[in-house]
Amino acid sequence: MKRSLLPWLIVAAILLLLFPAVAEKFYLQLVTKIMILSIFALSLDLLVGYTGLVSLGHAAYFGIAAYTYALVSPAADPANVWLTLPLALAASAAAALLVGALVLRTSGVYFIMVTLAFAQMAYYFFHDTRIAGGSDGIYVNTRPDALLPGVDLANDLHFYYFVLAALAIVFALLAIILRSPFGRALQGIKANEHRMRALGFATLRYKLAAFVLAGTIAGLAGYLAAAKEGYVNPEMMAWHQSGTVLMMLILGGMGTLLGAVLGAFSYVLLQEWFSALTKHWQLLMGMFIVAAVLLLPQGLIGLHQLRMKPRLPRAEDERD
Amino acid sequence: MEWLIQILNSVQYGLLLFLVASGLTLIFGIMGVINLAHGSFYMIGAYLAFTLSSLTGSLWLAIPLGIVVSAALGLVLEWALISRLYRRDHLYQVLLTFGLILVFEELRSIIVGDDVHSVAIPAALAASLPLTDTLSYPVYRLFISAVCLALAALMYVTIQKTRFGMMIRAAASNPEMATSLGLDIRWIHALVFAAGVALAAFAGMIAAPVSSVFPGMGSQVLIVCFVIVVIGGIGSLKGALIAALLIGFADTFGKVLFPDYASIAVYLLMAVVLLFRPLGLFGRA
Repeated sequence: MKRSLLPWLIVAAILLLLFPAVAEKFYLQLVTKIMILSIFALSLDLLVGYTGLVSLGHAAYFGIAAYTYALVSPAADPANVWLTLPLALAASAAAALLVGALVLRTSGVYFIMVTLAFAQMAYYFFHDTRIAGGSDGIYVNTRPDALLPGVDLANDLHFYYFVLAALAIVFALLAIILRSPFGRALQGIKANEHRMRALGFATLRYKLAAFVLAGTIAGLAGYLAAAKEGYVNPEMMAWHQSGTVLMMLILGGMGTLLGAVLGAFSYVLLQEWFSALTKHWQLLMGMFIVAAVLLLPQGLIGLHQLRMKPRLPRAEDERD
Repeated sequence: MEWLIQILNSVQYGLLLFLVASGLTLIFGIMGVINLAHGSFYMIGAYLAFTLSSLTGSLWLAIPLGIVVSAALGLVLEWALISRLYRRDHLYQVLLTFGLILVFEELRSIIVGDDVHSVAIPAALAASLPLTDTLSYPVYRLFISAVCLALAALMYVTIQKTRFGMMIRAAASNPEMATSLGLDIRWIHALVFAAGVALAAFAGMIAAPVSSVFPGMGSQVLIVCFVIVVIGGIGSLKGALIAALLIGFADTFGKVLFPDYASIAVYLLMAVVLLFRPLGLFGRA
């Protein structure tokens, strides 16, 4: 299964590398946005798909890094990426550590509700107080500066490759982590937490580490989103955002890294298509989500598995 | 005296939230379904009150009609979609009901539009009780509190003292055993879900005159109700009642004392409860 996806991964990487050669400005920006959301979906996949923790408040960490970037950026000059990015990631990581320590005391359906509630708390904090522009949000007038020779992030093409590099790094990092003993332990926790504890794993620490790591990567996506748009507002951490990224994951197929990316691409393209059809695109999206849950339990990646299945001999076939 | 008004407001808000949260906690406790669309039913109730009372000219006619419509909606939804979720992971329940929210919000936007509406308080309850020379308290708010208390009592009696309540408890604690003893679990599930929908919609209907009717009202209530269910303990009606009142006080007094941070007060309360009782005040593992 893993090996059979590798060619697709290579094809996807080549397509993304070559895409700017043929793309118009609109599509370049669209794919940049999708790649940022792919990073976001990958971070949630670590929690939902690999550790079995269904978080419905993941947008909080996306938003906290975005706000940190907006708040520490100088008013007129471009911010230094290598100064603001670590700060933004640290803010998301710290928030995830604090919230994680509380929410991981619960499990199952409590966990879903409590992660949602804490994300709403962050939402209202930025929405109701004057700290960062309230419900209006704040503008960041210039893209940050990466201080690399020949790289100008204000240029959409350069920014595209900067985001692609970030996506590749996150993808590779997660692939390595998931194959490490730490990643194996997370997958063990998803399969059977009691057994892992009986084997001597301090599962709470593993889950907390996964929660913080996922929050930090979501922060990276939030930082890139804020840098791209030059604008942050509380809606970035609204619970619709958390629900949307969860839907991307399910659509693509959770528990596979490629599925998370595929999900982000198909969700956003679907949304673009629906909103071109009607201004009431949310109705179509809602019906699509309902249908997808009922008809596509394994996500789009599952279609690939479906096609692979007949090659394996099954017990019933042998009995015939 | 101003404090008395705030206390009465807290109780009224808390009891209203209890009506919505009780449906949420019952649906989870009995069917094991986490229903994000529950806030939408509150929103639908409020819009039904607005639409039906403008059509019929009276909130008293709109409310029974609205209850019938919302209960029917509940039965149809349970039959068509929710019943397919009973054996599925919570994740899929979250997503399907999230999809339903988008559908309901957009249908609301298509049918009624995105404007904020107000619903008139019925003439019979439009008066205010004078408390001092300058302060008075609206009778309609006292009416809301009284109706909610009566419904809470009715729910308690139905579940604890009647034969139907016994069936519900049996279905909740051991569905297989209940089925093998001849109970039709599917009907119990359908009725409980419809009752939960009707309760949430009813709360929206009676709240419409005091809270006005606006697009985001469903998700606002949903998330507060999640906090209530978490604080009270999932599946516990007693917990939901106590937690709803706590939230009513935290929110109302938060708004008076720290206006900027009031919306956070509710979540801080939840964080404190989680620190000491991860399963809520009356939750069982």
